[in-house]
Amino acid sequence: MAAMQQESAIRTSNAARVLIYLLLLLFAFFYLLPLFVMGVNSVKPLSEITGGNMMALPEIWTLEPWRKAWSEAQVGVQATGLKPYFWNSIKMVVPAVFISTVLGALNGYVLTKWRFRGDTILFGLMLFACFIPFQIVLIPMARVLGIFGLAGTTWGLVLVHVVYGIGFTTLYFRNYYAAFPTELVRAAQIDGAGFFQIFWRIMLPSSGPIIVVSVIWQFTNIWNDFLFGASFADFSSQPMTVALNNLVQSSTGVKEYNVHFAGAILAALPTLLVYIVAGRFFVRGLMAGSVKG
Amino acid sequence: MAYMKTRIAGVLAATSLAAGAANAGDVEVLHWWTSGGEAAALNVLKQDLESQGIGWQDMPVAGGGGEQAMTVLRARVTAGNAPTAVQMLGFDILDWAKEGALADLNEIAAQEGWDAVVPEALQAFARHDGKWISAPVNVHSTNWVWANKAVLDANGISVPQTWDEFMAAVETLAAAGVTPIAQGGQAWQEATVFDAVAMSAGGPDFYKAAFIDLDEGALGSDTMKEAFDRMAFIRANVDENFSGRDWNLATAMVINGEAGFQMMGDWAKGEFLNAGKVPGTDFLCFRFPGTQAQVTFNADQFAMFDQGGSVSKEQAALASAILSPSFQSAFNVVKGSVPARTDVSDEAFDACGKQGMKDLAAAASSGNLFGSMAHGHAAPASVKNAVYDVVTAHFNGEYDSATAVQELVDAVSIAK
Amino acid sequence: MAAPVDADFRTRLQVWLPKLVLSPSLAMALVFVYGFILFTVYLSFTDSRILPSFGWVGFENYFKLFRLRHWEIAVTNMGVFAVLYMLICTAIGLTLAIFFDQKIRGEGVLRPIYLYPMALSFIVTGTAWKWMLDPGIGLENTMHALGWESFAFDWIKNRNYAIYTVVLAAVWQTSGFVMAMFLAGLRGIDNEILKAAQIDGASNWNLYRRIIIPQLRPAFLSAFVILAHLAIKTYDLVIALTGGGPGRATELPATFMYSYTFTRNQMGIGAASATIMLMTIAAIMIPYLYSELRERK
Repeated sequence: MAAMQQESAIRTSNAARVLIYLLLLLFAFFYLLPLFVMGVNSVKPLSEITGGNMMALPEIWTLEPWRKAWSEAQVGVQATGLKPYFWNSIKMVVPAVFISTVLGALNGYVLTKWRFRGDTILFGLMLFACFIPFQIVLIPMARVLGIFGLAGTTWGLVLVHVVYGIGFTTLYFRNYYAAFPTELVRAAQIDGAGFFQIFWRIMLPSSGPIIVVSVIWQFTNIWNDFLFGASFADFSSQPMTVALNNLVQSSTGVKEYNVHFAGAILAALPTLLVYIVAGRFFVRGLMAGSVKG
Repeated sequence: MAYMKTRIAGVLAATSLAAGAANAGDVEVLHWWTSGGEAAALNVLKQDLESQGIGWQDMPVAGGGGEQAMTVLRARVTAGNAPTAVQMLGFDILDWAKEGALADLNEIAAQEGWDAVVPEALQAFARHDGKWISAPVNVHSTNWVWANKAVLDANGISVPQTWDEFMAAVETLAAAGVTPIAQGGQAWQEATVFDAVAMSAGGPDFYKAAFIDLDEGALGSDTMKEAFDRMAFIRANVDENFSGRDWNLATAMVINGEAGFQMMGDWAKGEFLNAGKVPGTDFLCFRFPGTQAQVTFNADQFAMFDQGGSVSKEQAALASAILSPSFQSAFNVVKGSVPARTDVSDEAFDACGKQGMKDLAAAASSGNLFGSMAHGHAAPASVKNAVYDVVTAHFNGEYDSATAVQELVDAVSIAK
Repeated sequence: MAAPVDADFRTRLQVWLPKLVLSPSLAMALVFVYGFILFTVYLSFTDSRILPSFGWVGFENYFKLFRLRHWEIAVTNMGVFAVLYMLICTAIGLTLAIFFDQKIRGEGVLRPIYLYPMALSFIVTGTAWKWMLDPGIGLENTMHALGWESFAFDWIKNRNYAIYTVVLAAVWQTSGFVMAMFLAGLRGIDNEILKAAQIDGASNWNLYRRIIIPQLRPAFLSAFVILAHLAIKTYDLVIALTGGGPGRATELPATFMYSYTFTRNQMGIGAASATIMLMTIAAIMIPYLYSELRERK
C-alpha cells in the first residue's frame, strides 16, 4: 500500500512528455464523448434535438427534462418519473452489497488463513460461478425463488445478487489476504484468540482498500443489473434500471430523447458518484489485492 | 407432456396462494405500454376499476414490442407468482392457454355478448377450446402506407392503387431527389413491409397458404420469389442510413418531407398527430397498393391468469371494463388502432381512424381479415422469428431473392 | 464469545468453524451454479419450448443448432469480437498505465475519466453510442457540418463492419478498468531493480520490454479473466447498439441464446446453445484456474 506513494524511476524526455499528454487528453476526449452527448442533449428542448445537431450546445438551456425524468415522466400507467424506483434500487443494493462483501471477506479469510485439504478446489468451484451467463439461470432461479416464497420481493433480488456476486468478492478478498502475514494470525491463535476474534481484530482493520474494491464492483454490477431486476421483481420492487428501460424503450409514441438522456444520467449518478469518490482507493485496492496473482 | 401439465398445475396452485397473500381486490397488470399517450389511455382503465373499489398494481416492462415482458412473465409463472392480468399478443395467448394457465372468461363473455361483436378472425386468438381466455383491447392493422401529401402533390403523384403505380410513384420521387421510402431498419419493421408486399404479390389465398398454413409449396413458390424481388425494389429506394433506425424516426422523415412514403402499422398516425399534422391535408393514409380489400392485423389483449380454478371477481371486472364501448373508443382514439368490437361508434375518430374501422368491418365480413405474420398473428413465435431472419438477411443484402426463398422454406421447417 | 466452555468442545469448534463459515457460500454455488448448469444441460436434450418440459429428444436440438446459419454467424462474430476486444483493451490499458507511470500531472482528474464508463450500463449509454455512430445524426454528420465533407463513418450501417462498432463501444467501457489493473501492477514494481538497470544504461524501451512488462504477468492474467468473462457475457451492449443488426450481422451467442430461449419459444435449442457456451467457457477457464491455483500452493 505504501507503494502508492512511490514514484516511478522512469525518466522521459520533454518531447515524449508532450506527446504523452496529448495522447492522454485524446483518450480523455474519447471516454467523455458519450457523457457529453448525453449531458448536452438533456438540457435542450426536444425540437432542437430532432431538428438539429446532436453535438451542438443548446440554444435554449432548460432543466425541464431533468425534472420530468425524475418526477413526472411516464414509466407506467401513472406518471411518477423515476423517483419511486430509485428507492427500490437502494433497498436492494445496500443489503446485497453488504452481505456479499461480508461473505466474501469471511471466505477469503478461511481460504487463506484456515486452509484445509481441498480448499483450492472449492475456491476454483466458486470462482467458476463468475462466468455463468445470467440468461441461463432465469427459469430455474425463478422456480427456486418461488419455492422459498421470495418471488417478486426485494429480498429475492438480494439473494440472487449475493449468489452471483460471491465469486468475485471471494476472489478479491482471497488474493488480498494471501499477502497478509500468516504469522500474525498464528501468533494471535497462540494467544488464545478465536476464529471470529482474529477476523474482527486483525484482518478487518487492515482490509480497507479491498473492501473499497469489493463494494465498488458489487455496487456497480447490482445497480446496473436489468435482467434479474426485470424478471424477479414485481410491481412493488422494480429497480431503477427497469424504470429507465420503460422510459427509453417505450414502443410507440413520441420519444422524448432529452428526457431519456436526463433519466439515463440520473440512473447513473449513484455509480458515477461511487467511482469519483472512491476511485482513488480503487487503484490502491486493486494494487494491494486482486492483481497480485 | 402429461408430466408438464401436472407441473403447471402445481405452479398454478402456488400462484393462487401467492395471489391470496396479496391484497384481495387488487389486480396486478403486466404490460409494456409505457409511452405517454398509451399509458395515459390505460390510466382510464385503472380509474374505472378504482371506482369499483379494485386497486391497480402496475407492472410495466417495456422493450422489443413485449418480448421483454414475455420473458418476465415466464419467470413470474415459473416462480408461482403470475400477475393477475397480462398484456399479450396472438400466439403467445394460445401457447399459454395450451399450458392450461389462463382463466375461463366464458361467463362474462356470455353476459356481455362478446361473440356477436368481436370479429371472427380475432376470436381465433381470444378463445381456446371453446373458452374465452382473453379480452381484446384493439385491432391494429399493419398494411397501411403513410405519405406526405405536400411531397406527393409537388411531384404530381396521386395515391397509387397497384404495385405498378406504386413503382412509378417511387421512381418519380427518386428522380426528384426525395427519399422515396422511409424505412426503419429492424427485423420486425422489414417484416411488416414484407407482410403487405406478399399479400399484394400473391393475394389473400397465397398469404394464407404461406404464412398461416405454412405450406411448403407456397413458401417456396415463384410468387414468393416475386415478393422478395419487390422487397429488393423497396430496399433500393430506401436511404442508406435505414439500418437500426426506430420506426418513429422513419415516420419523422415523412412528416418533415424528407421522404414520401412509409409502410407501417396504424400506430404511426400518433406521430403525425403529435406533430400537429392533419389527416387528408398534411398526410395521407391508404392501404398498401394491391391490398385495398384486405386487412392484416394484430391485436393487443389482456389474458387473465388462472387464480385457482375460476376467474376472480376482479378479473371479470377488468375484462368487462376492457370490452366496454367507452373504453374501446377512448383508448383507440389515442393509440391509433381501432376498437376490437365492431359496434363502437366512430364519432370520436379522425379520418384515418374512421377508414380503419370501415375497412376492418368490411374485411371481417368478406373473409379478408388475416393475422399479421410480422406481428405474431399468423404463426407461432418460432416461425415468426425464422421468417424475420430470412427477410432481414435478404433486405440487408445477405441473400438474393432465389436464395431467400430456399432459406425461408428451410428456416420455417426447422422452427415448426 | 469467549465464554468458558468445555475446552475440548472449543477446540473442535475452532476446527470446524472455518468450514462452517465457508459452507453457505459453497452450498449456494452448488445449487445456483452447478445445479442450474446441470438443469440447462438436461433441458438441451428435451423438447422444451415455452416452459421447461421433459420429453427426451436426444441430440436433436444440437443437430438443429448446427443447421442454423444464425448460430454460425453468432459464433463467428464471437471469435472476431472476443479476440479484438481483448487485444485492444489490453493494449490500450497497458499503454495508458505506462503513460500514467511517467509522473503525469492531473492523474487524479484523468483517472476517474478513464474509469467511469465501467460504472455505466449500456441501458444508459446505448442510445448515446447509437447516435454517435449513426452517420445521419452522429459523428459523420457533425464532421460534414464542420466542413469536412468527405468524412465517412458508417460502420454501424454496414453489415461487414458493424461488429467493429460493438468492439469500439465495448473497448470504451472496459479499457479504463484494465488500465487501472495495469497501473496497480506497475505501482507495485520494485524501483531498485529499475534503478540498477538504468545505471547499466538500459533505455526506457528496454526497461519496459525486459523488466517491467514480464513482471506484470499477474495483471495480464487478471485482465484476461475479467475480459474473457465480459466478452462471453456481452449482451446488453449488442441489444442497445445494433439490436443484432444490420440484418443479423452482430448477433453473438448470448443474444442468440436469449432469443431462442425467451422470444422464439425454442427453449431446447436455447439450452443447447447455452451448453456449448458453457463448455467453451470451461475449456478456457479450467486450464487457467488450474495453473493459477496450483502455483500458489
